[in-house]
Amino acid sequence: MTATSLGAPVERREGRQKVTGAARYAAEYHLPGRAHAWPVPAPVARGRVTAVDTSAALALPGVLAVLTPDDAPRLAEPEDATLAVLQGPDVPHRGWCVALAVAETLEAARAAARAVRVTCAAEPHDVGLDPGHRDAYEPKETNAGYPGRVEHGDPQAAFAAAEVRVDTVYRVPPLHNHPMEPHTSTAHWDGDRLTVYTSSQGGTTVRSVLAQLFRLPEDTITVVSEHVGGGFGSKGTPRPDVVLAAMAARHTGRPVTLAYPRRSLPTTVGHRAPTVQRLRLGAHTDGRLTAVLHETTTHTSRVKAFVEQAAVPARVMYAAPALLSSHRVVPLDVPSPSWMRAPGEAPGMYALESAMDELADALGMDPVELRVRNDPECEPGSGKPFSSRHLVECLREGARRFGWAERDPRPRSRTEGPLLIGTGVAAATYPAAAVPATASARALPDGTFAVRINATDIGTGARTVLAQVAADALAVPVDRVGTEIGHSDLPPAWLAGGSMGTASWGWAVHEACAELASRLAAHTGPLPADGIETRADTAGRADADSPYARHAFGAHFAEVAVDSVTGETRVRRLLGIYAAGRILNARTARSQFTGAMTMGLGMALTEGSTLDPAFGDFTETDLASYHVPAHADVPAIEADWIDEEDPHLNPMGSKGIGEIGIVGTAAALGNAVHHATGIRFRHLPLTPDRILTGLLAGG
Amino acid sequence: MTSANKPAPDSEITLRVNGKPHTLHIDNRRTLLDLLREDLGLTGSKKGCDHGQCGACTVLADGRRVNSCLLLAVALDGSEITTVEGLGGDGEEPHPLQRAFLDRDAFQCGYCTPGQICSAIGMIAEAAAGHPSQVTDPATPSGRPVPLDRSEIRERLSGNLCRCGAYPRIVEAVEDVIR
Repeated sequence: MTATSLGAPVERREGRQKVTGAARYAAEYHLPGRAHAWPVPAPVARGRVTAVDTSAALALPGVLAVLTPDDAPRLAEPEDATLAVLQGPDVPHRGWCVALAVAETLEAARAAARAVRVTCAAEPHDVGLDPGHRDAYEPKETNAGYPGRVEHGDPQAAFAAAEVRVDTVYRVPPLHNHPMEPHTSTAHWDGDRLTVYTSSQGGTTVRSVLAQLFRLPEDTITVVSEHVGGGFGSKGTPRPDVVLAAMAARHTGRPVTLAYPRRSLPTTVGHRAPTVQRLRLGAHTDGRLTAVLHETTTHTSRVKAFVEQAAVPARVMYAAPALLSSHRVVPLDVPSPSWMRAPGEAPGMYALESAMDELADALGMDPVELRVRNDPECEPGSGKPFSSRHLVECLREGARRFGWAERDPRPRSRTEGPLLIGTGVAAATYPAAAVPATASARALPDGTFAVRINATDIGTGARTVLAQVAADALAVPVDRVGTEIGHSDLPPAWLAGGSMGTASWGWAVHEACAELASRLAAHTGPLPADGIETRADTAGRADADSPYARHAFGAHFAEVAVDSVTGETRVRRLLGIYAAGRILNARTARSQFTGAMTMGLGMALTEGSTLDPAFGDFTETDLASYHVPAHADVPAIEADWIDEEDPHLNPMGSKGIGEIGIVGTAAALGNAVHHATGIRFRHLPLTPDRILTGLLAGG
Repeated sequence: MTSANKPAPDSEITLRVNGKPHTLHIDNRRTLLDLLREDLGLTGSKKGCDHGQCGACTVLADGRRVNSCLLLAVALDGSEITTVEGLGGDGEEPHPLQRAFLDRDAFQCGYCTPGQICSAIGMIAEAAAGHPSQVTDPATPSGRPVPLDRSEIRERLSGNLCRCGAYPRIVEAVEDVIR
């Protein structure tokens, strides 16, 4: 029983609260006297605020205050410049917060925000991403600390000399995270003690950032993130909501909730930066790669340098004697980009895996076999051996289950009336890493156990899986273990991000529980009334350098029907097979895989944002214009995994699984559209207008 | 400062919410969603977009599913409202659809979940009453119950977005209670 708690499909511990409406999210703490805040966005894309007239707003009933750049509380300079809100007159992009209305009710706050008159001195702006832009530069580092460029062999010469060549450009537009719960914080001051209830992926970071900004000792700040309505990267670090709520609460002396309006999210909370990616693949006629060149250009804001690391997967995926993986970035007058599920890997693998499909086409080779033939011995970018790599097994198992062998490889070979049917494949990869965390475990006289760690459950099932990790280490039934998470009074731990949450938290929980188990084994007689407690800190182990390259892998298979009359692409089947170490909870893991595949479906077919050159704003700002997949878009999605043992990861043997499902899904769908239509579309999303234009031009 | 301002126009209305009557003085701008969340503390109904675009705020008004963020409460005097908190009745046991959501792992972050559940309950009643959907075979006799296959369920629940992508599990949960 006990040894099997890891991996078992245990039901979510907070599930009952979520289905009955009892689970409380950040806006749902009704503190006495609570007021509501509403942000006022900048009316220009670049310039300076010259005047903020608050008189009409303050004359409205129920309005308590309007904070402006002139009178808002002064903050220490933040490390993340997007948090320097209301600190000065400069407007770096559309949507930048230039005032904040605070009122007794939501209605009054909203009316007050609309009544604030902001005057700006506008300056010319530039929001157009062009790889030839004069300000483009090669960054030393990308997001997540990768070198901007990796190059070995002589890639240009190797490509020029290749027997078979693919030279192609793929474009991914800006994408928005849009978690269902908007970014929200409720803040309350008691003297110099600050409490915030915030929709965040990691309360430990929120606390340290607030301490720095408000010049407070960390132990005077309490951060609660009990339930979080999704994040997908956009709640990874604090966003302006928590800073503004705390400022407004201090200014008014009242508890204040700021729930960002949906239409403010695209400019405020980060987005996936657009990429223009040039792929050059050179190969022998037998399919062996001789050169892989992946060069990507992206944008960032004037506020901070965030470089979507789209060329990084080329350093992981395929064996080739010559490799170039490089990034360029253009600072523009755009909102600051940030993390969105699998930053780098999601857009990068869309381009690389689409180009691999083009190469298979050029070679007349099966795309599964092409990938198998180029499976490397060691990680191409670093030369390190893989701790485990079972991409080939995922491709083989997926091909078997999908019925790949029966596929007629000729494009446009299968039709049903006006429908063109096609299938496609793409590989997936995501790093398997961990960071230090602390945790405590306590054995109580009644035979139960209490595990405490400031982990966050953004929908992954963290409470449940950590109880399973603890039960496994303690060799007790999982229902005897209680888990407390989501509160900054608990032992600190890193955020739910980078697919590192469970590995990092589980490591600390495992160590605390293993230590507790040995203490209990040595203990005789009844336990003291308050039990026995152990604590663990994995610093120095979780972050130790590894001689291995550690990544999860997977394979995606897709079948689509493209309507040759309307240009609409409908997904018929989507299958993902993963090799992601030990799967710790079969039920919640499957949900994470299929959920990320659904987001990949959106990336391929429905989701896309545009920066309007004239106004400098996103044009798709709400859920009626930015199309996240709906029920009717999502057919049978299946996810499964192969058993993978990897002793070089963490005590559980697990790899992160929150992001890999989006990686490669868009390429599998795009490759299926090519197989269906015979036309290669290289600009996401594959909406009917683009497909129909292609069909009319090429068909 | 506040006291000097003219108060916002308000009205008195009476609603039955989850079987209990409530008489409230409300700002005429107040939506049903904000009334539930702010005045009654029924925060199970969620605010995802405040624009009628995501469905997280779905409740039942006189038995029909509605986006509560799009309804002004002042126009609902005398209505009977059921929210996710009221589905299980007075008993300890959750509604069978709530149970099915647990069995199928039909949610992750949980924020769209109350809306999905209320919407599905309203949808099942609509199909039983013979309302067709965009995917219903036009040859289906009108007025008779429409059988809910997977494409009917998907079509009829498409007003309820789930960014975690729990859709296949939600459809299975609905199938569990209509079988």
